[in-house]
Amino acid sequence: MASLSRDDVAHVAHLARLGLTEAELGRLEGELNHILDQYTRLTELDTEAIAPTAQTIELENILRDDLVKPSFPQATALANAAATSDGFIVVTAILGGGD
Amino acid sequence: MVAEANELIRGSGHELAAGLRAGAFSSVELVEAHLAAAERDNHGLHAWLTIEDTGARAAATAADSRLVQARREGPAVLAGLPPLLGLPVALKDLVSVEGGQCTAGSRILEGYRAPYDAHITERLRAAGAVILGKTNMDEFAMGSSTEHSAFGPTSNPWDLDRVPGGSSGGSAAAIAAFHAPFGIGTDTGGSIRQPAALCGIVGMKPTYGRVSRYGIVAFASSLDQIGPFARDSRDAAALLHAVAGRDERDSTSAPVPVPDALLALAASDDAAAGALRGKRLGLPREYFVAGMEPGVEARVREAVAALEAAGATVDEVSLPHTEYGLATYYIVAPAEASANLARYDGIRYGRGRRDGDTLSNELATRGEGFGAEVKRRIMLGTYALSAGYYDAYYLKAQKVRTLIKADFDRLWDAGFDALVAPTSPTVAFRFGARLADPVSMYLSDACTLPVNMAGLPGVSIPCGLSDGLPVGLQLIGAPWSEAGLLELARGYEAITADAAWRGLEPTQLALAGDPTQPSPAERAAALAGAA
Repeated sequence: MASLSRDDVAHVAHLARLGLTEAELGRLEGELNHILDQYTRLTELDTEAIAPTAQTIELENILRDDLVKPSFPQATALANAAATSDGFIVVTAILGGGD
Repeated sequence: MVAEANELIRGSGHELAAGLRAGAFSSVELVEAHLAAAERDNHGLHAWLTIEDTGARAAATAADSRLVQARREGPAVLAGLPPLLGLPVALKDLVSVEGGQCTAGSRILEGYRAPYDAHITERLRAAGAVILGKTNMDEFAMGSSTEHSAFGPTSNPWDLDRVPGGSSGGSAAAIAAFHAPFGIGTDTGGSIRQPAALCGIVGMKPTYGRVSRYGIVAFASSLDQIGPFARDSRDAAALLHAVAGRDERDSTSAPVPVPDALLALAASDDAAAGALRGKRLGLPREYFVAGMEPGVEARVREAVAALEAAGATVDEVSLPHTEYGLATYYIVAPAEASANLARYDGIRYGRGRRDGDTLSNELATRGEGFGAEVKRRIMLGTYALSAGYYDAYYLKAQKVRTLIKADFDRLWDAGFDALVAPTSPTVAFRFGARLADPVSMYLSDACTLPVNMAGLPGVSIPCGLSDGLPVGLQLIGAPWSEAGLLELARGYEAITADAAWRGLEPTQLALAGDPTQPSPAERAAALAGAA
C-alpha cells in the first residue's frame, strides 16, 4: 500500500476542507503513515470471493407514506445560523468576482 | 441531611423507585441530593459539561405530582408507573435536548442549541425520568479516554490522575461517583463498555438497530449505537427498555419487539444464580491479547471459574479474524466519520468564520473548530475513500468485516449463549499515557470494536479490581439477545454478591469533592510536565 507524502497530506486536507497549519501537516504526515502501516496486514487476507458488509442488520428499503407532516417553524430552523435576512441564511457569494 | 443525602444517592435505581412509591422520599429530595453531589464533584471530576438544575427540579416536581396522584388511586396504579419515574439520568453531550447545548465535546458546536428532542430524550421524558445535565466526552465520540474533549478531561473517581475511559467517560464517571443511577452513552467501537469497565460500573452496547439514533450527533453510521450505564444489571436493563424500539425517524432502528424480560430480571440472588445453570459460554482465545495486564487476565479467568462453578459450561473458542479488527475498524469508522462530519461548515449552525470567501471560510471554520483527533480521523477517512484508494482500503475493510461477523455467526450457529471476554486489556491509564501515539490509544478498544463491526450486543460488568482499579468482564451475544446477556450479568452479580470487592466505592471519591484539589485539566498538565 502507498505511503503518503507531505503533498498527499495537503491534498487530502483540501479534499476534506480542513485548513491545517504547516505544523499540523508535518505531524499528520508521520501519524497517518504510522496508522496506514497497521492497515497493510489486511493484505494478508484473500478476500477475492468475499462480499462486503456495509451494515449488519437485515433491513432494506424502509419506506413510509408520502404525507405532509409538520416541520420546524422558520424561526426555529434559522435560530442557530449566525446571519439571517428575511427568512434566509446569509452566506458568502460563490459566483461572480468582487462584490 | 447531608448524611441522608449521601445515603440516598448510593441507592440503585430500582431501590430508589421503590422508595419513591412508598413515599420514603420525594423525587425533588432525590434530585437535590444528586445535583448537590454532581456540583460538589465537578471541579475534581469534570464529569459534566452542563448541569441543568432548573429543568431537573421542574421534572422532579412533575414526577412527584404523578406519584402523589398514583398513591391516591391505589396500589395497582402505583405499580403501573414507569420504572424510571422521578429518577435522575445523565446524558452524554451528543444527545439533543430541545433548547439545550449539544457540543459533542467540540468547539465547532459551541453555542449551538438543539432545536428538538432526540427520540431517546422523548422516551425518557415520557417515562418521567429527570435529566440532570450533559456529560463530558471525547470530541465527536472519537477516543478512549475523554482526553480529546475540547472542554478538558474528566478524572476517574478511582484515581483522579487517571482517565475514566471514553468516549462516554463523563457519563461513566458520573454514575460511578453516584451523581445519578442512570446514564446514557454511545458506543461505536467500545465507547460505553470500555469506560464502564474502567470506572467499575455496568455499560451495555445494544444490537445495532435496537435504539433509534434520531437526534444523536453521528460519528460512524454503520457502527454507532446508544446504550445504558448503571451500577447494576437490573438498572441497565430498565434504562434500555425505556429507550429501545422502532422509531420511524431513524430507518436503521429495527422493528424488533423490545422484550419485557428486561424489566423482569431476578431480584433474588438465588433465582438469578440459578439461571446460569446449563448456559453455554465461549471464551475467545484471541481476546487474551499480547499487552493484556496480568491482573486483568486473572480477574477475567476468576470470573469464568465462578460462572463454571455456578453450572455454566465454558469452552475455549476461536474468533480467527480478531487480529484484523483494529485495522478494519480504523478504516470503516474514519471513512464514515469523514462523510458525517462534512456537514460542519459553520453556516447553518455552529461556530464559523465568515471573514473571507466561501472556501477560505470553510477551511478556517473546520481547521479551527475541530481538535487534533477529529482531524486525524477525517484525514484517514477522506484518504480511504478517495479516488484510487477506495478498493484498497474501504472496500477491503468491508470484506474483512464480513469475515469478522462470520466468526461470531459460526458460534451462534453452534449453540453458544454468549461469549465471555475482557472488556479492556488494561485498567484505567494515567492522563497522557496514550496521547503521543494514536495507535496505542486505538488498542484500548481491541476487545470491544469487533462487536461493533459485527453489530452485536455486548455488556461490560465489574468483576473485581487489579492494583486497586476496576476490571470489566465483557459478555457478547447474538443479535437481539440483550435480555439474555443481562440475565447472565445478573447471575454473575448474584454469585459474587458476597465478594470482598463488591461493596467498595471509588477510592478517590472524597478527594473529588475537595475544592482545594487540582482539576482534571491541572492533573493532566502536571503529568504531561513530569513525563
